[in-house]
Amino acid sequence: MSSDPILRLEGIVKRFGNFTALHAIDLDISEGEFLTIVGPSGSGKSTLIRLLVGMDDLTEGEIRLRGKRIDQTPANKRPTCMVFQSLALFPHMTVGQNIEFPLRIRGVAPEQRKIRALELLDLLHLPRSYHEKGVTQCSGGERQRVALARALAFDPEILFFDEPLSALDYRLRKALEKELKDLHNRTGKTFVYITHSLEEAMVMSDRIAIMKEGRFVQIAVADEIYSRPVNRFVAEFMGEVNLFDVEGVDGGVFRAPEMEIHVNGGGGDFGLSLAPGETGTLVVRPEFMRFLPSGETADFILSGILHAEYALGSRIQYEVEISGGEMVTVEKLREDRFTGALGDTVVLGFDLEAVHLIREAGHEKH
Amino acid sequence: MKSIDHKLGFLNALPLTLVLGVSFLMPLLVIAGFSVMPQKVFSLLHLPDFSSFAVILKQGYYKSLLWSLGMAAAATVILFVICWPLAYGMAKVFGRFSLVLTIAVVMTLFVSENIRLFGWSLTLMKGGLFEGHMRAWFGVGFDGLLYNVPIIIFGLVYVYFPFMLFPLAQGISMVPDDARQAATDLGATRLQVLRHIDLPLAAPGIMVGSLLTFVLAAGAAAESKILGGQAVIVIADDVETAFTFGQNWPLGAALSLILILIIGAIAVYGISKVDLDAIMGRKGR
Repeated sequence: MSSDPILRLEGIVKRFGNFTALHAIDLDISEGEFLTIVGPSGSGKSTLIRLLVGMDDLTEGEIRLRGKRIDQTPANKRPTCMVFQSLALFPHMTVGQNIEFPLRIRGVAPEQRKIRALELLDLLHLPRSYHEKGVTQCSGGERQRVALARALAFDPEILFFDEPLSALDYRLRKALEKELKDLHNRTGKTFVYITHSLEEAMVMSDRIAIMKEGRFVQIAVADEIYSRPVNRFVAEFMGEVNLFDVEGVDGGVFRAPEMEIHVNGGGGDFGLSLAPGETGTLVVRPEFMRFLPSGETADFILSGILHAEYALGSRIQYEVEISGGEMVTVEKLREDRFTGALGDTVVLGFDLEAVHLIREAGHEKH
Repeated sequence: MKSIDHKLGFLNALPLTLVLGVSFLMPLLVIAGFSVMPQKVFSLLHLPDFSSFAVILKQGYYKSLLWSLGMAAAATVILFVICWPLAYGMAKVFGRFSLVLTIAVVMTLFVSENIRLFGWSLTLMKGGLFEGHMRAWFGVGFDGLLYNVPIIIFGLVYVYFPFMLFPLAQGISMVPDDARQAATDLGATRLQVLRHIDLPLAAPGIMVGSLLTFVLAAGAAAESKILGGQAVIVIADDVETAFTFGQNWPLGAALSLILILIIGAIAVYGISKVDLDAIMGRKGR
């Protein structure tokens, strides 16, 4: 992905009256990548995708497709296409007519259209007999595939997705996420996907861009976003997390209230340095928290009272109330289940490798 | 359970079925009975006789039928073209202004059709509002705009405007915005979106509006009388004359029957082509 980007966004601004929905967005999208833009509702991700496909005009900035400006090109002249949240299938047409629509618009002969439609039905694991089926008679998952097939029939340079899986039930969604990733691998097309579900993003994407209030907060591969979030927003958005306020003290060591720190035997520089007086946030994922049997130690130690236990299927989640009333979340695989009773006093520990430091103080308690 | 539902449904439908049977079907049967009476005879004791239908052919009554159907068709087409953009605006663009427009259009229905047509007559006649002003201000006089076929069609268009506008707006409002956007996104031009998305998806509204205007216009007499003078005789005029002035009930009945059959056939064909439940809102998609 070192070559020139297929799509380049430069300083994209979108205002609705006095409200600025997008603040100078810059983004390069590489050919063939699966990029997911994730953000809570109202973060501007839908606005952005509407600009990219040409359904809205941008206020400022440039969109370049392979170096050519397309931001003034009307939607029907852009070589991109989108799978809608509602799918936007044409209810009065059969599955075949839906898939063939972009070809029909281009004046492709009926026989060739049909050949292509049948190929796409195969590609999306739909029976060929569906060509004649009314699109309203299809199930949710089938409609999803029809919408995909129709978009692929258009043969777009970039395929955009506006949360197309959000209306489906959990199991079907999980299956289609994998199918979509598989489809991406097989077609080699550039996919740009927006969603509010981080899980969806993690399963499918090469890169994830996290959006908040009309700006990108972090753009990186999934692993990096998960283990090295740039701020508290990203850390919390990426699922369950424990955040501890810390403050730098003399000698490059920092102090966390209610926490014993035993790194390198309890002192000295251990790589996570904060200047004296500087504040930050320590990020620890619940799966890196351990219950410490007596006699064992860890780099960081906390004690508290076991408050609650939740079964999450393959994992068990525990909530431990530490002094100050804050809750710490711990997750264990089912086979490593902790055998304490609720109300017991427990000691928690985690090690330096599991820790990520954000140089941003905690304004909000989670 | 199911059989109780069925019985209840039947019982609920019964009163209206009876009312319709008596008030709608009976007159039709009476008309049909009259139409096969011998000419100029009033007797219920006779064999069916189709002489009235022969008279219609021989004496050229079919011409007025053709005029009626032709002008109704023209008015329907013109109304569709005029109302489409307006209905589109009402359904998708105007927002609250649609309500104002709806009220304005409905208000015209509060005044009797004849009075409104006489208003147009006064406006368009020689020495009327329009020609009189033209003569007074610019010195160009002309013969007035009444008493021809186009003005009758204008009258039909004017009178039946709401009957096209509202069903059309209803039909267009059923076209999902995202389908239109998706079609554009997939490369369709505005014209292609109109042809492949808007028209087929608004078809129930188009059909209802067209049938209403066509059926009403085909049976209309006031426009041709008031605005058209004697330029052409329409079928409704002939029916009225036959029943009243002519006292030839079999002829009037035969003319009515032919009109009813033609219009009925068109209506049944049209309705069979679209999903009326969609516009009536019974079937949720």
